[in-house]
Amino acid sequence: MSHNFRIAIRFLLAKKRSMLMSLAGIVFGVGFFISTQAQLSGYQELFIETILGTDGAIRIEDRIQATSVFVEAASSKGNSTNFFLSDENNRRFVEGIEHPESVVEAIMELSNIEATSSVLKGSVQLQSALREDSGQVFGITVDDHLAVSALEDQIDSGSIIDFRQAPMGVILGVKLAARLDVSVGDSLIIRAVDQQRRLKISALYETGVSDIDKKRVFMHINTVRSLLKKPHGVSFIQVSVFDRARTMIDSQLIENVTNHFTTPWQEREKSLLELFKILRISSAITVSTIIIVSGLGMFSMLVMIVMEKTREIAILRSMGYTRGDISSIFLWQGAIVLVLGTAIGCCLGVLMTFGISKLPMPSAGLFTAEFFEVNWSGWHYIQAVVAATVIVMIASLIPARRAARLVPGDVIRGTAA
Amino acid sequence: MSETAANREIALECRELHKYLGEGEMKVHVLRGVNLKLYRGEVSAIVGPSGCGKSTLLYLLGLLDRQDSGSIHVMDEVVPLDKDGEHTRIRGENIGFVFQFHFLLPEFSATENVMLPMRKLGRLSPKDMEARSVALLEEVGLGDKTHRLPSQLSGGEQQRVAIARSLANMPGVLLADEPTGNLDVKNSLMVFESLTRLAKEKGQAVLIVTHNPELAQKCDRILRMQDGQFIES
Repeated sequence: MSHNFRIAIRFLLAKKRSMLMSLAGIVFGVGFFISTQAQLSGYQELFIETILGTDGAIRIEDRIQATSVFVEAASSKGNSTNFFLSDENNRRFVEGIEHPESVVEAIMELSNIEATSSVLKGSVQLQSALREDSGQVFGITVDDHLAVSALEDQIDSGSIIDFRQAPMGVILGVKLAARLDVSVGDSLIIRAVDQQRRLKISALYETGVSDIDKKRVFMHINTVRSLLKKPHGVSFIQVSVFDRARTMIDSQLIENVTNHFTTPWQEREKSLLELFKILRISSAITVSTIIIVSGLGMFSMLVMIVMEKTREIAILRSMGYTRGDISSIFLWQGAIVLVLGTAIGCCLGVLMTFGISKLPMPSAGLFTAEFFEVNWSGWHYIQAVVAATVIVMIASLIPARRAARLVPGDVIRGTAA
Repeated sequence: MSETAANREIALECRELHKYLGEGEMKVHVLRGVNLKLYRGEVSAIVGPSGCGKSTLLYLLGLLDRQDSGSIHVMDEVVPLDKDGEHTRIRGENIGFVFQFHFLLPEFSATENVMLPMRKLGRLSPKDMEARSVALLEEVGLGDKTHRLPSQLSGGEQQRVAIARSLANMPGVLLADEPTGNLDVKNSLMVFESLTRLAKEKGQAVLIVTHNPELAQKCDRILRMQDGQFIES
């Protein structure tokens, strides 16, 4: 054990109460930092998983109309000059995807693409025995759609197998079913344009996203084609990927290759993802104030030790202890409190995060979950430790420098400032 | 003295030391060209009225302060004027201090206090440091109180621990500023006796600043100081 470290421990133990106060501040600061970050990023992760499980990583939609214009201009020699003008800012779109098979064939060449599902979408009116409501029908090929979504896991009652075997089957969101007062096995009438069909409810699903659960209706694509009178093409292609972090690059690539408007999940949900980011930064700043306050406590404790120990510092200097030794004695004191505080704080963070993850969610908001969502990430611990380290080291450095600057002769003579 | 002194080993020497304290109109010329040689195995006392510059000289010689001009040589080594690191090294290796107040670290036992300079110098193993510490405490008559905290010792005992601590690294020079100034007569004699006996046995040069004429008379040499200069007795 270094002798400076030994002296630091003794100095610190002589100030037990102040040390414990500073220690408690760092422990709670680090613990709260970790648990709040775990909660917020837990919700963000749940949100991302939910949107990937419902709307997929990439959605390929309308075809982009060519914006390049062929221009022919006459030259002075009587010949003509040909060139193209491009107007990227005024892009126009042709609704839907006319040849989904070609698009799918092209994008499946990309290594990160896992699966695709062609979907025909349209607005419908749903009528049960007692009530009527509007909805949005998604015509799907069951196996294709299961490969790009978490629909199978989201089934609340009934079964996908029943739906697969029933051409006139339909899957409703739990919220829409509740509004129509229907359940699995009931029939309902679905109207669109001048067509109507009687369908049987094969299953009910719950994504946890209210807007989806009260609007979206899944039917077989051929039934939707006849209902919406759209024998060709699809509204969009939903794509799942192996690595979700690479989606932005793949999306741009798909748009360039297929000439269809393509949106990755990050762009589609940009506003909510930004909101999560702001909330995480905001909570980190708020919780860091606890660490800052404990850093101030630490600072005042060390300043007090320096003031009380000026003679001891002078005598150590007279024995051959250098300015660096004196400085390190005070930095060690900060480091001891820091190490203890962050270690206990991280344990507290683990316990708090675990406790929160076992709390039942009181009410449904933007999306629902059975328990409070948390995300176990090492980054939260690293961030908390870095924040505490920066604050405690700043708090220790100033008293340490002050102690090191003391002139032993002045202190012993009693004329030190 | 000069003939005898020429054959003796000089432990510390200062030449033409000048020191000012204060600023502007309050500036005082405390030391006015002091010359001094301290010899190994000799105990010298500086006496003089308060404010004549005794303690200031002692702190300069102990490299705890810096002179405005003049030079200091410790064990034949010239002390550079503005190098704090060098001052600290020379001090740690060659100079021991005893102050009016013991200045023991209250969180450490008597043995641990004596070990502090040894730990810094790092020449001995921890086991040898402890053995030497206990031996020094035995020499000052505290062999049975080695593990006591300073608060569990009397004033005289604390000062004797401070003497043991000053001898820990076997310094060539021992500087004592009113080492008995805070003690009663009995303890004063005991502390003075310990200090001079050990220093003589170990061949150290001892310089004591004191107001006590009886103690000064017991020293090998008395240096009288007035207005920042030594005067003839």
